[in-house]
Amino acid sequence: MAEHNHEHEHGEGSTLTEMDLRVRALETILTDKGYIDPAALDRIVELYETKIGPHIGAQVIAKAWCDPAFKQALLDDASKAVATIAQQVGRVGEHLIAVENTPRLHNMIVCTLCSCYPTDVLGLPPTWYKSFAYRSRVVKEPRAVLADFGVTLPADTEIRVWDSTAETRYVVVPMRPAGTEGWSEAQLAKLVTRDSMVGTGLAQNPSEVV
Amino acid sequence: MDGVHDMGGMDGFGKVEPEPNEPVFHHRWEGRVLAMSRAIGVFRAWTIDTSRYAIEQMAPAFYLSRPYYEKWFVRNQNLLIEKGIIDADEVAAGRALRPAKNLTRGPFSLDDIDKVTKRGSFYRPAQGPAKFKPGDRVRTKNIHPHTHTRLPRYARGHVGVVERLHGTHAFPDSVASGKGDDPQWLYTVRFDAQELWGADAEPGLKISIEAFEPYLEHV
Repeated sequence: MAEHNHEHEHGEGSTLTEMDLRVRALETILTDKGYIDPAALDRIVELYETKIGPHIGAQVIAKAWCDPAFKQALLDDASKAVATIAQQVGRVGEHLIAVENTPRLHNMIVCTLCSCYPTDVLGLPPTWYKSFAYRSRVVKEPRAVLADFGVTLPADTEIRVWDSTAETRYVVVPMRPAGTEGWSEAQLAKLVTRDSMVGTGLAQNPSEVV
Repeated sequence: MDGVHDMGGMDGFGKVEPEPNEPVFHHRWEGRVLAMSRAIGVFRAWTIDTSRYAIEQMAPAFYLSRPYYEKWFVRNQNLLIEKGIIDADEVAAGRALRPAKNLTRGPFSLDDIDKVTKRGSFYRPAQGPAKFKPGDRVRTKNIHPHTHTRLPRYARGHVGVVERLHGTHAFPDSVASGKGDDPQWLYTVRFDAQELWGADAEPGLKISIEAFEPYLEHV
């Protein structure tokens, strides 16, 4: 990815080292002046590395697959619905909207202007979501973008791309895979990938899960 | 502004390349930049719209060639200097040279984490009734402000259908220009691909944007 390769092209005095120094200097200044406690920064990094990630969204989707009333509540007002299971998945903020895939309709999420992403339920966005290729192409040629992910949809499936141009945040409810009748929410959650909740993938089939 | 950040529909950026088992951060400094960005949020020194506009105003060659979190870092440092929270000579020295000005609260600490790891509300009180309702056909305006806007170029001057009404929200175009929230009704407006991309568009494709009321007019 163009954005990423750049920092490996420097050799001596690489961007890595230079950026480490510049970022450390700014953190030192803000700490010395009393604006931040570095321990709090450590905690934020730890949260995004271990606690706030796509497993949250996966639990929400698995519950929606098992509980029709919850699924309807999720589609009506996702922020409100997820708040009712905050004990299980943690707190989620405002303006979250869930959109449902069906055999006739496939939803995809993008932010063409920057990198808006449903962070509360999926964590921080992957590099590809922020890439110029994804942001530029998915609103015009989503099937070609899906091919980059190895995904092919039936020709008669309608595709809907949601460009997140305001503070609303979209998450896709993928279709429940066949052959999962009677599965528990915990089992089903393992089939719900991050990409399936952005629309660049589908939920995994039982045979794909080891 | 008609910047390079407004990428919807551009060609030439190549394939999308997902990275298997991608780490949340590729370098330690990226995590520090993200965390500092969140922490600075509690001081309300600037808004999300100001921070987006700051990145949009970076030189196109810089925007296109530098890593994502480097842009965040440069934005943070520039805005901190611009708002008088730190000084340029301190950046040059790599350490604080004088006490904080106007520090009205203690440091961002562990007690503040909950405030910045969950999204806040952008709802604002309505200033009047909504002009449009779901099902209405609307045309997006053909506007090209030099300032911040959330109406992407590819969706200007096109006819679509109002699909959802999201209440009234702070209006980024106003907020980023320092003119206050100026709350506006927010809609999802859906377009047929042919309307945006012409006769050769992918069949069966629809695209929607989140459109603030000032972006829209009756057809």
